[in-house]
Amino acid sequence: MPNVMIRRKPDGGLLFYIAKKDQEDVISKVEVDNEEQWGGEVELTDGSRYYIDPVSPPPRFPTTLRFKRAV
Amino acid sequence: MAAISKEETEALIQEVLEVYPEKLKKDRTKHLTVNDHEVEQSKKCITSNRKSQPGVMTVRGCAYAGSKGVVWGPIKDMVHVSHGPVGCGQYSRAGRRNYYIGTTGVNTFVTMNFTSDFQEKDIVFGGDKKLDKIITEIDQLFPLSKGVTIQSECPIGLIGDDIEAVAKKKSKELDKTVVPVRCEGFRGVSQSLGHHIANDSIRDWALGARDGDDSFESTPYDVSIIGDYNIGGDAWSSRTLLEEMGLRVVSQWSGDGSLAEIELTPKVKLNLLHCYRSMNYISRHMEEKYGVPWLEYNFFGPTKIAESLRKIASHFDDKIKEGAERVIERYKGEYEAVIEKYRPRLEGKKVMLYVGGLRPRHIIGAYEDLGMEVVGTGYEFAHNDDYDRTIKEMGNATLIYDDVTGFEFEEFAKKVKPDLIGSGIKEKYIFQKMGIPFRQMHSWDYSGPYHGYDGFAIFARDMDMTLNNPCWNMLKAPWSQSSEEADAVAASA
Repeated sequence: MPNVMIRRKPDGGLLFYIAKKDQEDVISKVEVDNEEQWGGEVELTDGSRYYIDPVSPPPRFPTTLRFKRAV
Repeated sequence: MAAISKEETEALIQEVLEVYPEKLKKDRTKHLTVNDHEVEQSKKCITSNRKSQPGVMTVRGCAYAGSKGVVWGPIKDMVHVSHGPVGCGQYSRAGRRNYYIGTTGVNTFVTMNFTSDFQEKDIVFGGDKKLDKIITEIDQLFPLSKGVTIQSECPIGLIGDDIEAVAKKKSKELDKTVVPVRCEGFRGVSQSLGHHIANDSIRDWALGARDGDDSFESTPYDVSIIGDYNIGGDAWSSRTLLEEMGLRVVSQWSGDGSLAEIELTPKVKLNLLHCYRSMNYISRHMEEKYGVPWLEYNFFGPTKIAESLRKIASHFDDKIKEGAERVIERYKGEYEAVIEKYRPRLEGKKVMLYVGGLRPRHIIGAYEDLGMEVVGTGYEFAHNDDYDRTIKEMGNATLIYDDVTGFEFEEFAKKVKPDLIGSGIKEKYIFQKMGIPFRQMHSWDYSGPYHGYDGFAIFARDMDMTLNNPCWNMLKAPWSQSSEEADAVAASA
């Protein structure tokens, strides 16, 4: 269950940063992303997937969230 | 090497690795790669930040080196105690040439060595009492010191001393900042973890000291320079450019920096990050907690400086944007003269780099401005995010090596035949004896500064001075001399 810091890139994309692993990747897909909530399954550009119970209201980035590795 | 293809470079890597035992060869293959602009993520082609293999020569440092030597050490008005046996502090003392202003021993302490000098009894009975006493003594002897950091050496972690408790107690007692840093040398695979630990200790023990205190008058143009260690005066030649374009530099981390500057940093409008590897952690933290955005920049060589100045200015209003153009215009004559003078002497020369932190990618632009070509580059302790950034900077089909071993580096140099090598002190004399011009790029070979327009002039001069020195052709490596020649040298001495 890694702590992940998510921040906005200048071009609007979201960067997914795992401090423990110094891994920085762009988020390619978020399952739930609307006015009320944000989260669900998150897919990165390298194909790996993580899960978080949808956060409501949507968090303001940058922020640190706790993800689970999606199976 | 402009003509060399990807396949040839790959063959070169395989040839060099041939001598290794199977298992080591398999491991080392992952750390060496040929640059390919089509690869977007470095983890597909290179493995980094892994433990060095036993039996090979590596030039990596330890976590203590990353914390005491890089991040905390240059903070000038704090006393950094090397907590443990005497050697770690003494042998790393003042080696990095972090320049600073102040009177050493009175209000600044960077080049001094403070150590708790552990003896057998401290290992057996614990060193907390000694540490307590030392901090009191420091306060008495150096009343102008603004605080103390405790830089743990290996034994502290092994015997389980509670330096945090001592730090809390003394901090209360003396009303000064006391920071315990758990940077025992055995942690992590290289100095990189030391940077991270040191950043975390800044976050936990120093950064938030002025939260909720609004007495500092800020302006819309406040910035801080983060990750510039003022080697040979680097931060100063960067700072003048920023100030000329109308920004106010509130703090410098950590070259010529002070504790007060650290405490003010959360109040700036933009953090300018030079060394991404060692200070990105604290920049990310400040972005999240205080909403201060951060920006990477590169002040090596006029092309990259102009690019960076414009990028920095784009975060501010038109006044600063005009300021950036004004600065670029002002120095134009100066740097064009430098290029005009040195480019004909350096054009087409090939360079191999092997350094740490930011240099393997940041300096490429400066070499290209002089018409030189970087044919191989590598980091001692980078992570994949550094290589992500490097791929774009390097030419196609050039060599990239991670944590290269002494043997591999020598073999690459023999095969690629660069005209200049830029690396550290441990490589310097081997390559000089081989007759290859060499610059020590960790501390600019006792020269500098290299940042900014002023630095570029010095950089160009140094490269020319080294490369076009007539001595290189006269050198014959001691190991390729015949025994008669060696005898003759011995007899003449």
